[in-house]
Amino acid sequence: MSLLEIKNLSVEFGSQDNPFRAVQDVNLSINRGEIVGIVGESGSGKSVTMLALMGLIEAPGRVTADQLVFDGQDLMTMSPAAKRHLVGKDVAMIFQDALTSLNPAYTVGFQLMETLRLHMGLSKSEAQKRALELLELVEIPAAKSRLSAYPHQLSGGMSQRVMIAMAIACNPKLLIADEPTTALDVTVQAQIMDLLVSLQKSQDMALILITHDLAVIAEVAHRVAVMYAGEIVETSPVPEIFYRPHHPYTQALLASIPEHSKGAERLATLPGVVPGQYDRPIGCLLSPRCPYANEKCRNEHPKLTQTHGSFVRCFTPLDEAGRPIV
Amino acid sequence: MTTPVQSANTAVAPEMAAASYSYPSPLAEFWASFRANRGASAALVFMAFMVIAALFAPWLAPHDPIEQHRDILLLSPAWTAQGQWSFLLGTDELGRDILSRLMHGARVSMTIGLVSVVLSLLPGIVLGLVSAFYPKAVGTAIMRAMDIMMALPSLLLAVAIVAVLGPGLTNTMIAIAVVSLPSYVRLTRASAMSELGRDYVIAARLAGAGKLRLMFNTVLPNCMAPVIVQATLGFSSAILDAAALGFLGLGAQPPLPEWGTMLASARDYIESAWWVVTMPGITILFNVVALNLMGDGLRDALDPKLKKLA
Repeated sequence: MSLLEIKNLSVEFGSQDNPFRAVQDVNLSINRGEIVGIVGESGSGKSVTMLALMGLIEAPGRVTADQLVFDGQDLMTMSPAAKRHLVGKDVAMIFQDALTSLNPAYTVGFQLMETLRLHMGLSKSEAQKRALELLELVEIPAAKSRLSAYPHQLSGGMSQRVMIAMAIACNPKLLIADEPTTALDVTVQAQIMDLLVSLQKSQDMALILITHDLAVIAEVAHRVAVMYAGEIVETSPVPEIFYRPHHPYTQALLASIPEHSKGAERLATLPGVVPGQYDRPIGCLLSPRCPYANEKCRNEHPKLTQTHGSFVRCFTPLDEAGRPIV
Repeated sequence: MTTPVQSANTAVAPEMAAASYSYPSPLAEFWASFRANRGASAALVFMAFMVIAALFAPWLAPHDPIEQHRDILLLSPAWTAQGQWSFLLGTDELGRDILSRLMHGARVSMTIGLVSVVLSLLPGIVLGLVSAFYPKAVGTAIMRAMDIMMALPSLLLAVAIVAVLGPGLTNTMIAIAVVSLPSYVRLTRASAMSELGRDYVIAARLAGAGKLRLMFNTVLPNCMAPVIVQATLGFSSAILDAAALGFLGLGAQPPLPEWGTMLASARDYIESAWWVVTMPGITILFNVVALNLMGDGLRDALDPKLKKLA
């Protein structure tokens, strides 16, 4: 049985009669100890999906789902208090900007210990010991004196390490990393990714990695879901998606990596922008931008269907040579 | 070729890792920044002097503040021709020693300042946080009520409250607290709302923090800097308001030596005995200026955006 099962999750914002669907019918299942990447351009609904899962969408946002099961427990019917306890302990999340994710009014040690004492019921001295262990686990030098440091006294990479330490403090079963390395420079990015993956292995957590860095996905993820305009357009095992993208959007996403345009005069791009609230197409959401779109694409909305080892939301999925199957 | 360099590096690395970093404590940082502001430091010294005078007034004051020396009415200060050194600042129309009255009056004014600031600060913070966390019905109701209170001139509102409750020291403090409530509510709400959108608040909610913990443990400490500054400035305006109410005869009642009341009763002698009016006036002026300077110093020291600019 999978650790997390999401069926038809939708998130709407705005008024009742003219809603904007930020996330539409997302299906995702995560197994224990699995690393799943979620990629897509800005505004494609990656972060909103995760916030909805954690129950952090506030009015006027509306969350609907057929099923939202974590570790055998139904998150939809659970009482808010039980959900708060479960979410704080078994699901943890890391944000993009570590510098603003730590409370500036408290020391690093205090923030680490607060979580430990409340969720794990540790005494003050036990919590202090564990906090020190955690800082050493995330490879912060001079861990002991960092316990009394305030967030503004730490660098970006160091803050992100502290955030990771706080996230894994209660041995979560699922860790969601929302663009964990975007705000960091390249050398620190590699260190943080290595750390995340080694912790994922040693703690046997499932890891959801939200990113737009396809290189990171290629290196660490087992499976990847590509999102576009609030929908999952393709899910695929990792080596597969890089060699045989089935959805035109995935193909365009891969082609837009600068390394793929070496020697070319211009970088490969997909013309147009993600549709907003008022220009949402009737048919396939990509149809205005898709080079292969036909009449059917423009009038009917495709469903997620299995093609080889992948699920693709397209009427004309691409074959091995990257041409549409008609 | 590069071997010596590399080995040197690896030799240094563990040493660096073992080094411990000591961070300056927030208090030390604040103090250094506050001390750099000369006006605020001078004001702090003056206020310390005033607090000592107020605390130890019964022992330090040369005379009883309500004892009437009927043989020396309206005695001028010691440095003038008719002055006596045992009555340093002279006596008032009933022969009471002005210096002693001012020292005992400091107790009254400090109490008024402290109590009325606390009385408006605590409910102000709570109301401000509640209106920031529940912006819809509750927040709107609170803020509109505050708008109505701000629409009335504050002294007029205070006079109305005292008129309803009856004159006296306690009611003066209550009136001043009610009048200064809106500024604390608005200030707390504004800074809480700007903090609410930050990632660390989302992180705290993710970690399972409840509403109360979010309000008082997560958000409130980050909103305190402007509130502390406002409280310091509120202290001085409370003293001024109390003096104004006292002057109107609605505040502290004679023979209690309150600065504003002293001014009011000395009004008749403004042309014949200048010191009876001048001494309490100067005391009020100095106290308010010192408190405002301290407030400015606090703001500069607590707000990192203003630091190191001056």
